[in-house]
Amino acid sequence: MRLTCDVVIVGAGMVGAACALYASRAGLDVIVVDRGPVAGGTTGAGEGNLLVSDKEPGPELELALLSARLWTELADDLGDLFEYEAKGGVVVAAAAAELAALDRLADGQRAAGVRAEAVDADRLRDLEPYLAPGLAGGFFYPQDAQVMPTLAAAHLLRVSGARLSAGRTVTGVLRGADGAVRGVRTDRGDLHAPAVVNAAGTWGGELAALAGVRLPVLPRRGFVLVTEPLPRRVRHKVYAADYVADVASDSAALQTSPVVEGTAAGPVLIGASRERVGFDRSFALPVVRALAAGATRLFPFLSDVRAVRAYLGFRPYLPDHLPAIGPDLRAPGLLHACGHEGAGIGLATGTGQLIARVLSGQAPELDLTPFAPERFTEEAV
Amino acid sequence: MTERPHLAVIGAGPAGLAATLAAARHGLRVTLIDAAPEAGGQFYRQPAAGLGARRPRTPRHSRRGWERLRAGLDRYVSAGHVTHLRDHHVWFARRRRAGFTVHALLGPEQERPVEVRADGVLLATGGYEKVLPFPGWTLPGVVTAGGAQAMLKGGLVLPGRTVVVAGTGPLLLPVATGLAAAGARVAALVESADPRALVRRPAPLAAQPAKLAEAARYAAGLLRHRVRTLVRHTVVEAHGDDRLTAVTVAALDTDGRVRPGTRRRIDCDTLAVGHGMLPHTDLAQGLGCRVDGVAVHVDDEQRTDVPGVWAAGEATGIGGAALALAEGHIAGRSAAARLSGAVPEPHGWAAAAGSRAGLRRFTAALDGIYAPPAHWADLVTDGTVVCRCEEVTGGAVRQAVTDLGAGDVRTVKLLTRAGMGWCQGRMCGTAVAGLAGCPETAARRPFARPVPLGVLARAGEDENEDEERQADGHDGRDGRDAHPDEQHDAR
Amino acid sequence: MNPLEWAGARPGPAFAVTFDGREIEALPGQTVAAALWAAGVRSWRTTRGEGRPRGVLCGIGVCFDCLVTVNDRPNQRACLVPLRPGDAIRTQEGTGHHD
Repeated sequence: MRLTCDVVIVGAGMVGAACALYASRAGLDVIVVDRGPVAGGTTGAGEGNLLVSDKEPGPELELALLSARLWTELADDLGDLFEYEAKGGVVVAAAAAELAALDRLADGQRAAGVRAEAVDADRLRDLEPYLAPGLAGGFFYPQDAQVMPTLAAAHLLRVSGARLSAGRTVTGVLRGADGAVRGVRTDRGDLHAPAVVNAAGTWGGELAALAGVRLPVLPRRGFVLVTEPLPRRVRHKVYAADYVADVASDSAALQTSPVVEGTAAGPVLIGASRERVGFDRSFALPVVRALAAGATRLFPFLSDVRAVRAYLGFRPYLPDHLPAIGPDLRAPGLLHACGHEGAGIGLATGTGQLIARVLSGQAPELDLTPFAPERFTEEAV
Repeated sequence: MTERPHLAVIGAGPAGLAATLAAARHGLRVTLIDAAPEAGGQFYRQPAAGLGARRPRTPRHSRRGWERLRAGLDRYVSAGHVTHLRDHHVWFARRRRAGFTVHALLGPEQERPVEVRADGVLLATGGYEKVLPFPGWTLPGVVTAGGAQAMLKGGLVLPGRTVVVAGTGPLLLPVATGLAAAGARVAALVESADPRALVRRPAPLAAQPAKLAEAARYAAGLLRHRVRTLVRHTVVEAHGDDRLTAVTVAALDTDGRVRPGTRRRIDCDTLAVGHGMLPHTDLAQGLGCRVDGVAVHVDDEQRTDVPGVWAAGEATGIGGAALALAEGHIAGRSAAARLSGAVPEPHGWAAAAGSRAGLRRFTAALDGIYAPPAHWADLVTDGTVVCRCEEVTGGAVRQAVTDLGAGDVRTVKLLTRAGMGWCQGRMCGTAVAGLAGCPETAARRPFARPVPLGVLARAGEDENEDEERQADGHDGRDGRDAHPDEQHDAR
Repeated sequence: MNPLEWAGARPGPAFAVTFDGREIEALPGQTVAAALWAAGVRSWRTTRGEGRPRGVLCGIGVCFDCLVTVNDRPNQRACLVPLRPGDAIRTQEGTGHHD
């Protein structure tokens, strides 16, 4: 069988784009296929956070630090095109107990190589003049950054030189007699390749199923509120201490914690809600109300600012909150790069580089064991 | 006496008024919620009360209709069956487990919230004018045809001294004659279609003698005011530095392309331009109603596919005031029966149904004639602003399509910000779809208008949360097959 | 012929408002946009990107092109907001918010 390319990447979101970029740079001939447009899934519904601040020490934080370094490199050439902004993050605590918890988290993060600066209550407003009074204090994380995710995915794909086949649906994964993956079947013909990368994000479980393997990716819905354009009143990504706990939570129930940030374009973005309600796209006023309430508590001036829009997306959630990255031993030739939950934009570059190393037979920069796609036993959903 | 079931009617134009009267007459308590200080909508818009206008300026046949509607409204308000909430700008309507909550902001500041609870909702949200971009269309002095008319009818002001009326559609004639009668010099009426084609589709027209008489009256008005009419012409550019000073018009060939050598300049300080209308569907979408293309889907009773929600008038497809009256009447009758637990008897509204059928055929015939030039996008240069709010150019939209892999409105929006501004793409959606080469669909806008975060933070907070959580996400259609689509968007 | 004659209008007494500090007349019931048009003003906002002038486009509150600052309250739609005696209308620049 003649090969169409070296690698088929399924998914033209941020992770697929980063995989395409680093695989192409490694000399591989890449086709990216997506049933929708570029960034049509969770990438286009995200805020574009590149965060180290919200991650506990461990494999995800290591991936975040690697990714942050790679984002900085990419931003040298392309940063203006995708609104890269090294704005830094500010985590605030309302009470002393919360502040102590932040302090412990920061200690651990520093040991892993994160820069985290304690900020006294009276200095918080130097960083963020419009913050509510009376907060206990917080931490400043200069490595936190932001991109406009759709632009980032589109431009990384463009500069990768990979061939993009949008509006094309993968309907099957081709397997040889030996069980090895040989490409994909699509609604517009087969693509033959010795390697297939599952970068289908929240829909990654469906692609895995097409290859006959199980990957328990579930949607975790989130809403974002967007305000009228404003001058730069919120300078950093600012969030409350309970956000860290919500990110790490396993609950299916609704959780909201205020996350507020300004954008280069003017509007302020307000998150973050998490709930496991399947792919329900209906607008939920109680969720959005909670976001507005949290944001106005953190920044009282926002009460008079108008929300012009709200949108929702589905984070690709895996039960242990770690993505699946690397080859799938159950289906040789299949690699996974999905399940990054709410951190996919930030973790995309590191993921792409790790995948490219594996594809080109090099040693990956991080140990992939914690990200092994086979790690979920049948009952652990 | 048992409590009357309660219907919230949103919009007090022809459809909403007809619905309100029918529903009240057949046993409902109605809250009529409208953004304007006075009922009437765009069609029956009256001069502000303080202006003391004594000479009604609506044509005689529609004036009679208006007087009947207003008298009926006054009667039901006095009887306590209808509450008319003026200056209420609805930003969201929400289905709860039992009944609905309509969330509004009190105008004109739109800062204070009002919530109305009802057993059913009837959407008569009307439409707004579509304008396609061309070089110079952002200059002050370029207004929509309907906007010029609304400002004249409501504020008794003219946009300028010398006006060119341009675009396409049946609205242009009354706008041109109205502006001329009120003292403007109408330098030209520029229509890109050829209305003489109407003559070749006699059947649906002959059935609407009132419409023909209306058109004849406007035509006579144009003659009287010596308005030059250019059919199969289009405005190719608006000129001026900080305000409009002239337009260039050109003839169109049969394919809808500008004919070389036909450009001419017309001095003017105002261009009133429109390319048809679009339905307001935001509230319907927030309620989870099915929308086909750009219009709310309804059945023969004007019911949407969400139980307890009706829609009538332009929201269900552009068709004009007479059609809106018929649809509103039917919707109000259906709601009256259904909310009282009865099955409606359609023969009771047979006359309205007959009129609705004829007017829909008539509208379809008009739609076949009045259309923007097929190649309007050729006029949009790379430097022409397409999204007025975010100042996104035609070139940026094209680049998103050709270089960055966008093939749909949502992706263009994400890549360029076209449609992300204050108006949320209402003004540029048609143009962006056209430039991206994809069909126009109704964008999903959770908020029908901007809402202060302080209001949002308390919206419906006293409603039972458990009930809310069950009522939200009611939709079995949003299953696991969810496909990347235009329904959500970023920033 | 003018629109007031055309409608046979006998408006209540005109009152004064200011536009960028300059006094203009308004009639009872007129919106900000109507009074500005009557005073010959066509634009009262500059865009936040290119600084271009804008005024009324749709006239019915949909397009948000006519945003203006009234009594220090930014982003009011001139076509919707009725005037009261003494109102101070100001040309709005950019986002309408200042820091």
